[in-house]
Amino acid sequence: MSIEKQEKRQGAALVAPALLWTLGFFAIPFAAMVMMSLAHLEGREIVQGHDLGNYLRIFTDPSLRRGIFVSLEITAVVTVISVLLAWPLAWIIATRVPARWRRMALLLAVLPFWTSYVVRSYSWALVLGEKGVVMNALVGLGLLAEPVQIMATRSATIIGFVHFFVMLLTLTIYSNLIQLSPNYARAAEDLGASRWQVIRLVILPLTLPGVMTGAFLTFVLCIGDYITPQILGGNNELTLPQLIMLQLGRRGDFPMASALSVVLMVIVTLAYAACARWLKMERV
Amino acid sequence: MKYLSLAYLVALFGFILLPVVTLVIFSFQDGRLPVPPFKGVTFEWYAKILTDRAMMEALGNSLIVALLSSLVALTLGFLAASGLARVVLPGSVLMRGLLIAPMTVSYLIIALGLLQMFNKIGIRPSLLATGIGHVVINLPLCFAILYAAIGEHQKSALKAARDLGAREWQVLWFVAAPMLTPALAAAFFLAFTFSWDEFIIAFLLTRFDVTLPVEIWSMLRSGLSPATNAVGSLVFLVSVIVVVTLELTLFRKGSK
Repeated sequence: MSIEKQEKRQGAALVAPALLWTLGFFAIPFAAMVMMSLAHLEGREIVQGHDLGNYLRIFTDPSLRRGIFVSLEITAVVTVISVLLAWPLAWIIATRVPARWRRMALLLAVLPFWTSYVVRSYSWALVLGEKGVVMNALVGLGLLAEPVQIMATRSATIIGFVHFFVMLLTLTIYSNLIQLSPNYARAAEDLGASRWQVIRLVILPLTLPGVMTGAFLTFVLCIGDYITPQILGGNNELTLPQLIMLQLGRRGDFPMASALSVVLMVIVTLAYAACARWLKMERV
Repeated sequence: MKYLSLAYLVALFGFILLPVVTLVIFSFQDGRLPVPPFKGVTFEWYAKILTDRAMMEALGNSLIVALLSSLVALTLGFLAASGLARVVLPGSVLMRGLLIAPMTVSYLIIALGLLQMFNKIGIRPSLLATGIGHVVINLPLCFAILYAAIGEHQKSALKAARDLGAREWQVLWFVAAPMLTPALAAAFFLAFTFSWDEFIIAFLLTRFDVTLPVEIWSMLRSGLSPATNAVGSLVFLVSVIVVVTLELTLFRKGSK
């Protein structure tokens, strides 16, 4: 046996366990789920079929179709607000904060990132409730006559999401900013650009890869999350993941849950395709 | 400009830290509800949590699942990364793609697929099932970190060891692993944190032996309570200790 062949065999042997694991516990269950989405429920029995009935229902049944729009709307709003809040924060930490405080400031800015996901949403429920800290302060300061209902509305979901994704985006944008050579800004200034022009015309475009990577991550994680809308948004309007869990819980409707999951997958894939240009640039 | 920056910084830090600070403060609330006014300091809720058997069992379960699943993910990821970094196999690109793929799929979908498959082949919802799911989500992460860490320098050292007659396990154990220690540690701690904190897979794939996030979730159903604040604060404390330790030891060198 040639050395090269032996090398290849050993290489393949090393990769095999991980590949088998991913095939067995990811690819096969995923394929089975796609098959399941073509089945339907008769009474409590799952009848295997090859029709698109579930998908048809998703796009015709108002309560299901609404879920797609609710999810897309929330995700879009969250992504935009988070980018708008995170960019200045990352920029201030990277350029305005004195160098020796920089890492400290960054660590502090993303500290709650490391708390448990469930706990983070619970904390917001605590803060935003009718008797919570925020309403207490606003009423106490005389800014509001009476507490306003935020909990169990879309606003609460959005606030909870924005909190998490501002931290995530600050990290990705900061790591992008810190790699930029200060010479870009200096050159632009020498050529007569005002400070505002430097930011808008030079720095901002250069951070686009970091922004897009962060925005894509935000989109994917936000649209697939069940906890935040469930704890903060309540059951008034349901997002896609909440609908999926509802199918599982109430009726054991695996076929419909699978079909909704496939729709979720397709949305994420489309988002990836839309960002792929910038995501690739990041890797170079 | 300077004041504007400072004001923005303070405002955003306030927003980011508000829920966590509130959480911790009201875990000491001497009263039944964790909302203002603050009635005084008590450690009653911490005592209650630490003597709660279900909670302590969930904590133990979480530790075991996190530890074992990250070790398995790390081992599989390490082997795969050294294999793919070593030779160009037919279909290398495809293999890398498959290994990374679970990263782009939301946890809910992974959990749903596993739940259906386990139902069919008769694996009951359990910690084992959850652990398998956690390896699925952490394997891509470990693989990606380690694969990126193996550069030309590492490759030639591994080749040299092989040429000098080291067996494959010796190359991995005595050469590759020590060279990659920082990356291995980073991958392990990230995987551990993700598994420790993971909710939806654990929620769908356990029934009686639950993990900590699932136990906390079931606590939420009974409404707001300082006891929940106390658990949350403890979990937060553990994460902060891990992160600060990492910051001070592992990443110090890299950052400077």
